[in-house]
Amino acid sequence: MNEQNDVGGAGSGVSRRSFVGGSLAAATVAPLLTGQAETAEAAPAATVDGVTLVTVRTAVNGDPVTLRVDPRATLLDTLRERLDLKGTKKGCDRGQCGACTVHIDGRRVLSCLTLAATASGHQVTTIEGLTDGDRLHPMQQAFVDHDGLQCGFCTPGQIMSAVAMVENEGPARSDDEIRERMSGNICRCSAYPRIVDAIRDAQRVMR
Amino acid sequence: MRPYTYAQAHSVREAVRDAKPGTAFLAGGTTLVDLMKLEVVSPDRVVDINRLPLDGISLDHEGLHIGALERMSDVAAAPAVRQRYPMVAQALELSASAQLRNMASIGGNLLQRTRCSYFRDVTTPCNKREPGSGCSALEGINRSHAVLGTSDACIATHPSDLAVPLVALSTTVHLASARGTRTVPLETFYTLPGDTPDVENVLRPNELITGITVPRSPWAAHSLYLKIRDRQSYEFALTSAAVALQLRGRTIVNARIAAGGVGTRPWRLTAVERALTGRPATSATFEAAVASAADGARPREHNRFKSVLLRRTLVRALTELQENR
Repeated sequence: MNEQNDVGGAGSGVSRRSFVGGSLAAATVAPLLTGQAETAEAAPAATVDGVTLVTVRTAVNGDPVTLRVDPRATLLDTLRERLDLKGTKKGCDRGQCGACTVHIDGRRVLSCLTLAATASGHQVTTIEGLTDGDRLHPMQQAFVDHDGLQCGFCTPGQIMSAVAMVENEGPARSDDEIRERMSGNICRCSAYPRIVDAIRDAQRVMR
Repeated sequence: MRPYTYAQAHSVREAVRDAKPGTAFLAGGTTLVDLMKLEVVSPDRVVDINRLPLDGISLDHEGLHIGALERMSDVAAAPAVRQRYPMVAQALELSASAQLRNMASIGGNLLQRTRCSYFRDVTTPCNKREPGSGCSALEGINRSHAVLGTSDACIATHPSDLAVPLVALSTTVHLASARGTRTVPLETFYTLPGDTPDVENVLRPNELITGITVPRSPWAAHSLYLKIRDRQSYEFALTSAAVALQLRGRTIVNARIAAGGVGTRPWRLTAVERALTGRPATSATFEAAVASAADGARPREHNRFKSVLLRRTLVRALTELQENR
């Protein structure tokens, strides 16, 4: 899938407006984030470029979302381009780096290898959904406290992965276990020692 | 990604009813979505099977039954698997990453495609991807490629860790199609590349894996999976060994051995099993028994190390299994 297709595939269900980007696109998706169906979705044809669009009814960070998507659209592109949730990062787009990690029903998964069409009936949580109002999640706070990053591009994926590791699978019993269980999240800057420190500390607070 | 139509199936019957060449079943998506993006695989129809009732992990008098849609992480965590079939749990935990294990299904894992970089690169010839176009790996970078079961048309390694202990334990695969159901041994489910490396198994175009059964045995509980790779985690095997022994005192009365990372399919080592049987479980026995492990190997320029590494992997696996008794 090339970049052109990504945008075309993801955007073609709405209108040309999603190509414009910026504030207009943000305005289009704003109702979604307040829990309403995407009203702009109701009008367009059920097929675009000969592809039959798929209606997805899901919840993202607790808000119900109804979208019509190209069946080729990944959850990653849909979150970023349609819902303007750009905290989830596109690293390799091949399931090899972990930057796109989100939670589906509390389990950590790769949004780049998840088709948006399959998200119906599931709860999706992204990095934007971790905070409690203005209060950071303990894992986010620990990454800040330990400076568990350098460039920060992998950080949302690291944090989403670490939160599910502790909450869904149970805390790690050693630093080696943290390294093994976090091996699906690559940090190109190699901030690993501080990432391990952050996770070790956050685990104590999360208990 | 090429266009396709998308449908959700709600029963096995519905899923297989309209399946034909060009239809792809979507479970975890970790192989299919990846290969569709690369345009290595371009189905015209994708049937989402995630809502089919193909779940469940259970033990009975026959053995361990696992539904095809069970996820790798859930199978690895199941007490029945950990206690009765430890090498199956170990192979799962040593596969991929936590995120991928949460997504990937057992049926999909068995159908996972090779990691041969030429297969994944549509700009290079590959007989598996495009029959008759040639094999780029034969004279290319072939460090990770197979040395056993290869042909002049293909030397791609079978990538699954899970399939290695499953083959050692004589696992059967349950299949369903519009014509009915059938069960085949996993070992012969996989075919050798020969002149048709695009055909990897006996699955018919309209057939779906519904589950597997790992037979009950006196040796499965005393087993170990060892994986050797370039980095310690999140990497495919250069070599791997699944070893299971039944002992009476110090004597090996039954052995089940298979290897991964070296073959074009998961490689059962029956000659090694025979050489272990009836002997004391000692390092001398292990060393002697694995001498034949790489017999018939056809190494290429960069993977000559695999024959020696395979024998060492087997000895270490057998030794660790004995030490952990």
